[in-house]
Amino acid sequence: MDAILLQILNGLDKGSAYALIALGLTLIFGTLGVVNFAHGALFMMGAFCAVTVSRLLSLSFETVDPTKLDFLGNPAKVKTPYVEAWFGPEAGGAIIDWAVPLSILFAIPIMIAIGFAMERGLIKHFYKRPHADQILVTFGLAIVLQEIIKLFYGANPIPTPAPDAFKGSFDFGVLLGFDPNVIIYPYWRMVYFLFATVIIGGVFSFLQFTTFGMVVRAGMADRETVGLLGIDIDKRFTAMFGLAAAVAGLAGVMYTPINSPNYHMGMDFLVLSFVVVVVGGMGSLPGAVAAGFLLGILESFASMNWVKDIIPGIDQIIIYVVAIIILLTRPRGLMGRKGVMED
Amino acid sequence: MTKFDFTRRGVLKTGVATGAGLALPTIFTSQANAFTNEPTGDTVTLGFNVPQTGPYADEGADELRAYELAVEHLNGGGDGGMLNTFSSKVLDGTGILGKKVEFVTGDTQTKSDAARASAKSMIEKDGAIMITGGSSSGVAVAVQGLCQEAGVIFMAGLTHSNDTTGKDKKANGFRHFFDAYMSGAALAPVLAKMYGNDRKAYHLTADYTWGWTQEESIKAATEALGWETVETVKTPLAAGDFSSYIAPVLNSGADVLILNHYGGDMVNSLTNAVQFGLREKQVNGKNFEIVVPLYSRLMAKGAGENVKGIFGSTNWHWSLQDEGSKAFVQSFGQKYGFPPSQAAHTCYVQTLLYADAVQRAGSFAPCAVVEALEGGDSSLPGIDSPANKGFLFDGLGNGQTLYRSADHQCFKDVLVVKGKDNPTSEFDLLEVVEVTPVSQVWYEPDHPMFAGGSLGECNNGA
Repeated sequence: MDAILLQILNGLDKGSAYALIALGLTLIFGTLGVVNFAHGALFMMGAFCAVTVSRLLSLSFETVDPTKLDFLGNPAKVKTPYVEAWFGPEAGGAIIDWAVPLSILFAIPIMIAIGFAMERGLIKHFYKRPHADQILVTFGLAIVLQEIIKLFYGANPIPTPAPDAFKGSFDFGVLLGFDPNVIIYPYWRMVYFLFATVIIGGVFSFLQFTTFGMVVRAGMADRETVGLLGIDIDKRFTAMFGLAAAVAGLAGVMYTPINSPNYHMGMDFLVLSFVVVVVGGMGSLPGAVAAGFLLGILESFASMNWVKDIIPGIDQIIIYVVAIIILLTRPRGLMGRKGVMED
Repeated sequence: MTKFDFTRRGVLKTGVATGAGLALPTIFTSQANAFTNEPTGDTVTLGFNVPQTGPYADEGADELRAYELAVEHLNGGGDGGMLNTFSSKVLDGTGILGKKVEFVTGDTQTKSDAARASAKSMIEKDGAIMITGGSSSGVAVAVQGLCQEAGVIFMAGLTHSNDTTGKDKKANGFRHFFDAYMSGAALAPVLAKMYGNDRKAYHLTADYTWGWTQEESIKAATEALGWETVETVKTPLAAGDFSSYIAPVLNSGADVLILNHYGGDMVNSLTNAVQFGLREKQVNGKNFEIVVPLYSRLMAKGAGENVKGIFGSTNWHWSLQDEGSKAFVQSFGQKYGFPPSQAAHTCYVQTLLYADAVQRAGSFAPCAVVEALEGGDSSLPGIDSPANKGFLFDGLGNGQTLYRSADHQCFKDVLVVKGKDNPTSEFDLLEVVEVTPVSQVWYEPDHPMFAGGSLGECNNGA
């Protein structure tokens, strides 16, 4: 029982990341009809927004400290971050400590801009081309983006810690009457889950309760009719691409304290996110979210020792097994609509 | 009834396919020289096969820096580095056997097939007489096999699996880096001293050759000292998030977590373990501890704060104060502005050892080089074993070192290190806790963890 609860909790944060990426993928697919293989790269770019902000905040000037020596025996240079020099060590230190949450403010405009640039600059030209062409061009774009990131930041993971206030873990088990140390869950993963819920809720309410959102939904259902009503649906769809990029980017920003980001983290998530979209049903937003959490939790269950004892290696294939079962029993995915991707 | 395809087109197809098949393995057959890629001009070409792309690209870049430095020193440039401290004095800065050293590079991508392809291309197209480098045991074993077939020498880079000089050892292959068995043998006594003899360990292990031998080695070494192994769990390579493997650890009754991971996996699993607050927990009345058997400073950097106080082992560290290490750190630091990694060290040393062997042999022929590296009768002091013979040298950073004839593995002291609590610079991440003497990490060539392979005959190729 405790082990199952523990793995449900574990699945939640993994599921949050899948759900956020799959949500963006579905938004783009539902509006623009493009299968965007560069979406994982957007997640990665978001993470590197956080890396960039924490680097900018810790920009330092060097002073030579004659009392210390560096590894070659020369007088050592001591680095002092500018923010600490300007605001005093305490306030400056706090700003650096909170770099990851602060990056959200920076990442939103940047990611929207990247999204616009991607859509207007490249993907726009592929709307009338077959899906295979779209996949090739976006996949190529993803490789270009990650190589650019590698050029500037190197191949090694870069530690980007959470603020001190969120270090350590919370003992859920004690709350529920289990022994201490049985069900523990890191604070930052809770933050991540809550953050994902807020973002997902925000996107859904935006689509549900605003006129803009209503038009977009109408456009997703019948693009032609909406166009005939004199609405410039293309402009709105471009905005949705920006929104999807921002969602993926924010998912990346907040993910950095969970795992140190590196240039290929986007690819690691991309394939799984596509499975999530397919399982959820192409073009279905609630399906993408539900499937994201479902697969996250199932993946956690599959890595339990007794499960692996029964079926060795199941932790590596569970997602695909589920995808096969769902596609055999419900070919349109969990919540797929008729007519999507079937022309 | 069988139907034969005797049309013109069919015959052509078959002919072309057969011709292509016959033409393929030319590197093994088509030269008239005495041995593969015999240098005939006034230069000799070495092939540096390192990961230039992929997750180990930073480590590969550091290896390449070391190789360039080694070539510079061999050709008489720079301050000479370890040539000044090396116990063998036949290298004089005029290249190797009077031939200027040149090099070509290949990209292993840390994939066995890509590494074989780039090594093959360097041998076939660029005329490389020796292949060296790499940052993974999977790659090392694959490239070593290729070099054996092609008849060139392979000087392994960073590879830590027991198999490289165990069941997959080859006559043309040599390893200076230490192995998983040595890590276990060096680390276990320190762990017992720090954490006591009554501990329960939980292993997470990378699911490939290195991970398996690493787990086997550290498990055997700690169990011999009274530790109990609660569970060993194989994790897929590049699993990304390890939380679902980490979470069950606390509830398993274990009070030590051993992470048999390297590179990005190590960074992630360690970060996740610290996130879950494992290090602040008390289990069985003891502080919960985490151990990382194989450390790398480049990777420790990726894990940031999380490495503090965590024990592991390493082949070499730039803070060592022997003359060889100091000379190497000095010339590397002058040239590049930061201290070298253990990967850079082993690659630099391997290049010098190869050059020295050729010089002593008076020939580039692989079998002569093998003879020079394994033929010596010198032995390490204080170890009573018939296998204790080979080429003994000093001054390359690990004290007295033996290239053992029996399996082409170097035997030397092993460093037990700990993540430093108060680093004074961004390079100052590990502190050396103990230098474990070579006698303590010695094993016989027929040790069960290394059994099954044989060196075979050296191959001159051509």
